[in-house]
Amino acid sequence: MDLRSGPGRGFPATFSIERSASIELLRQRTDWIKVRTGNGREGWVHRAQLERTLTPSGAAVAIAGPQPEARTEHRWEVSLGTGDFGGANIVAVSGAYAVTPSLQARADVQHLLGNYSNGWLGTAGIAHVFAPDWRVSPFVGVGGGVLTVKPKATLVQAEDRTDTTAYAALGVRGFLTNRFLLQGEYRSYVVFTSRDDNEEIDEWTVAFTYFF
Amino acid sequence: MDRGLYLLLLTAWSAMATVPGSAHAQSTGEASALPAQQPQVVEPAVKRRDIEPAAIDTENFEAGAFVGTVSIEDFGSSLLYGARIAYHFSEDIFAEATVGSAKAGKTSYEDLSGAAELLTDSERQFTYYDLALGWNVLPGEVFFGGKRAMPSAVYVTLGAGSTNFAGDDHFTVALGAGLRVLANDWIAVHFDVRNHMFDSDLLGKSKLTQNLQASLGVTAFF
Repeated sequence: MDLRSGPGRGFPATFSIERSASIELLRQRTDWIKVRTGNGREGWVHRAQLERTLTPSGAAVAIAGPQPEARTEHRWEVSLGTGDFGGANIVAVSGAYAVTPSLQARADVQHLLGNYSNGWLGTAGIAHVFAPDWRVSPFVGVGGGVLTVKPKATLVQAEDRTDTTAYAALGVRGFLTNRFLLQGEYRSYVVFTSRDDNEEIDEWTVAFTYFF
Repeated sequence: MDRGLYLLLLTAWSAMATVPGSAHAQSTGEASALPAQQPQVVEPAVKRRDIEPAAIDTENFEAGAFVGTVSIEDFGSSLLYGARIAYHFSEDIFAEATVGSAKAGKTSYEDLSGAAELLTDSERQFTYYDLALGWNVLPGEVFFGGKRAMPSAVYVTLGAGSTNFAGDDHFTVALGAGLRVLANDWIAVHFDVRNHMFDSDLLGKSKLTQNLQASLGVTAFF
């Protein structure tokens, strides 16, 4: 087992630990674990090497980290996204909980930044992922939320508006690695305004998702 | 754990129950024959115990503060301060949320004309947040003097967020690059350069403004 001088593959290996020597695990940063040998040497070991070692009782060492099973067995997803909401730019943060691998409960907060007005949109909904074990899978969803719009200060008209809204969604998601997903989504919103007509708004987003 | 404790209690109770018995046997003078012949009252429950290894401290979060200077287009350079929190997904990729605040100065026009104020005091407040993804593009080590080697990384970030300036929120794209040096296992020093780009129509016609920031910060991993 090689001890490296820092937590990264580029750091030089400064020491090798022989078979059947015992080590102490100190801390973990991403995939690297800092260890101390019996004679006090410290260094960083990759998770993959450490997983092949045994505890004193003979059991394998379990180290937290992404495994291929995480693609279908994970519970939580957190996303950062950006896109277009009826002409306004979006900054979106969202989270999802997998009730089953193919059924998700989702919630998000979006900051809408347009040329004439700004706003906030918060939604909650559910989504169905058609093939959670495929590398790329389509999904559909529905949900509802609240939309607040505030006209820009340089314009002289209209007051703030807060309305409820509902959406239907269609998207595609693909695994980049055992911890990342890339998602593209289209949502069609209906905003239930206090005026005579409801408003329909199209939204397109791209989101980078971490799952665990 | 509960089961283990139960077993232990049970053993203690059986031991107490057998002790008076053997004492009685000894007093009647049959002590030599007893231990070998008597059926074992307590079956030794030897079971391999699963050892739960202590959880290792995973330190993938990083939080801290920074100070620097920001050049707000048309409004001079100002002192900037802010905070950052980051999560390291792997040794290469991290996500970062940053907030920062500065007070804009005056345009040249305001200085020359003497009187005309384009913005009120509160509108001069320049506040931004951005959510970014970062890539440690050049990981390595830096050497300080002859004896200290510190892990470092040159990283680039790409983020989106919002800047509140002149009374409005503006969609902002932030491009950045920085150097992170780990002073010890859990303290890092950052030198960071960032460009906050957003459209503004403050001075009549709409244009893309470039707001360059340079900052020095300290963060802690936890």
